[in-house]
Amino acid sequence: MTSDTRAARRALPRTRRQRKLAPRDRVVVTLMVVIPALLVIGLVWLPAIGSVLLSFTSWNGIGSLDRIKVVGVDNYVDIATIYPPFWPAVQHNVLWLAFLIVGPTLLGVLFAVLLDKELKGSRIYQTALYMPVVLSLALVGFIWQLLYSRDQGLLNAVLGTQIDWYGDPDVNLWAVLFATGWRHTGYIMLLYLAGLKGVDPSLREAAAIDGSGEVSTFFRIILPVMRPINLIVIVVVVIESLRAFDLVWIVNQGRNGLEIIAALVTANVVGEASRIGFGSAMATIMLLISSVFITIYLRVVMREDRT
Amino acid sequence: MSMTTVAPPARQATPGNAAGPPRRRGPRALLHAFLIVVSLSWVFPLAWAVINSFRDYAYTTEHGYASFGGFTFANYAEAWERGNFAQGFLNSLIITVPAVVLVLLLSSCTAFVLARFNYAFNLTLLGVFLAANLLPPQALLIPIFRLYRQIPLPEWMSDSGSLLGSYWGLILINVAFQMGFCTFVLSNYMKTVPREIYESAEIDGASVWRQYWQLTLPLCRPALAALAVLQTTWVYNEFFWATVLIQDFQKLPITSSLNNLRGQFFVDYNLLSAGSVLVALPVLVVFFALQKQFVSGLTLGSTKG
Repeated sequence: MTSDTRAARRALPRTRRQRKLAPRDRVVVTLMVVIPALLVIGLVWLPAIGSVLLSFTSWNGIGSLDRIKVVGVDNYVDIATIYPPFWPAVQHNVLWLAFLIVGPTLLGVLFAVLLDKELKGSRIYQTALYMPVVLSLALVGFIWQLLYSRDQGLLNAVLGTQIDWYGDPDVNLWAVLFATGWRHTGYIMLLYLAGLKGVDPSLREAAAIDGSGEVSTFFRIILPVMRPINLIVIVVVVIESLRAFDLVWIVNQGRNGLEIIAALVTANVVGEASRIGFGSAMATIMLLISSVFITIYLRVVMREDRT
Repeated sequence: MSMTTVAPPARQATPGNAAGPPRRRGPRALLHAFLIVVSLSWVFPLAWAVINSFRDYAYTTEHGYASFGGFTFANYAEAWERGNFAQGFLNSLIITVPAVVLVLLLSSCTAFVLARFNYAFNLTLLGVFLAANLLPPQALLIPIFRLYRQIPLPEWMSDSGSLLGSYWGLILINVAFQMGFCTFVLSNYMKTVPREIYESAEIDGASVWRQYWQLTLPLCRPALAALAVLQTTWVYNEFFWATVLIQDFQKLPITSSLNNLRGQFFVDYNLLSAGSVLVALPVLVVFFALQKQFVSGLTLGSTKG
């Protein structure tokens, strides 16, 4: 792989100087890597593999491990054919992703571009916009409840409606998405602001001298230069949409119009009926989707890391 | 939501940045007007919660929320009492502080090795750590749940008798999930430490541990501070693992205990507001006091130290 050769080239002058470590130092270095690695592998990677393996079995989670029966892909077939909440959940996750990209993400980019002009008071605007980022999504759900409540919420008072925004399955997904978007926008704005600050100012100057307008400069010069950030933001949004959980769980534990994959997995484990194999199959689907985007993320990050 | 960004090196100080083509006044005023409206509407949901948290329920029921008056502090006292906030905050403290200390300690160890030496496994290790940071936690729930139930803990460590339902288990899973991000940021930061420093330290006979503890760590103070702020916020805000791993209501950290609060406060939205503001208070204080660290923590990966 080309990346390896590049790493090796940069490593050359270092290895030349690197001395052989004393035995005690070698023990220390080993421990400094092995202890953290054990934690990450033991609590993240082995469980991930466990989920994949369990997804091919049938087990009620209560009996001992030898009660596990291998059932092949039955769980996957069942999920796709006789588990009613699954397809709505997939739809909702996709809608979640589409909404986050079209709404909050683009809005966050717009705000970043506007605030990057270093206007007077832009710090204050910035603070206001990213303040929700420090709040947990669970708390965001709570705060918006005060606007969404049917009888006492501000929204109904202003609109003169009688809608239960969190409860009505026709609208509650949108209500939740708006609350999520409130927090997401500031986060994207922050990522983009950092990216914009990294763009070489001489690029803009050159474009301005060539008579390029602000808008066309942004689309034709700035945006392409920020390709790594664009990719990472997309990965961030996909992963966030896939992991969406807190807000929905706070509202109604992912039922009645708010089915999403993460909530279904959780409900299958901690809920009344614990169906381990079944939940694991859904978990595996999540892992598969996320691994595609994690790979993209790693490639972008590690490539930049090496230059 | 723990991710890093990557960008070219930061732009130089920009007093001359405004020296572009002269701009017209009109659009600028329009832009300000737009940003003011946007900022106000962004602050509004939280401001609404704050205002109503200070109002009497009987008053707002009678006059509606669009009225003015009925201000009181009573909601806070009542929310604190009924929501079991003292215990919730204590639990959050018990979980957050060790988790943040541990994640910074362990990740700085690995980051040091990654930055200081050139082993063949460096890149793979970083990849394994970083990817772990992005996996959906729900996808690991079943094995973790079983594993935690299998691992016994003595009575003095946890009254649940196993890792499941103990502070220890929650701290460990938080640390494991945050390791990737911190290791990545710190190793990038440590790579900016000049090699010559280590060489002269070696000549002085400093062991690897001393180089790490007395040389590298002090130099990394800004990065550590930024990460500490960020991690404190994230662990405090963590909802999923606490919800599924802790069954005892008395042991829930404050963020996860929100789930029970709604039942407790029922329809009294002023009480609910007061509760929300109380939970938001610690992170808001951190946010306003240490804003610089917070932002630089979020974007640290981007500027490469």
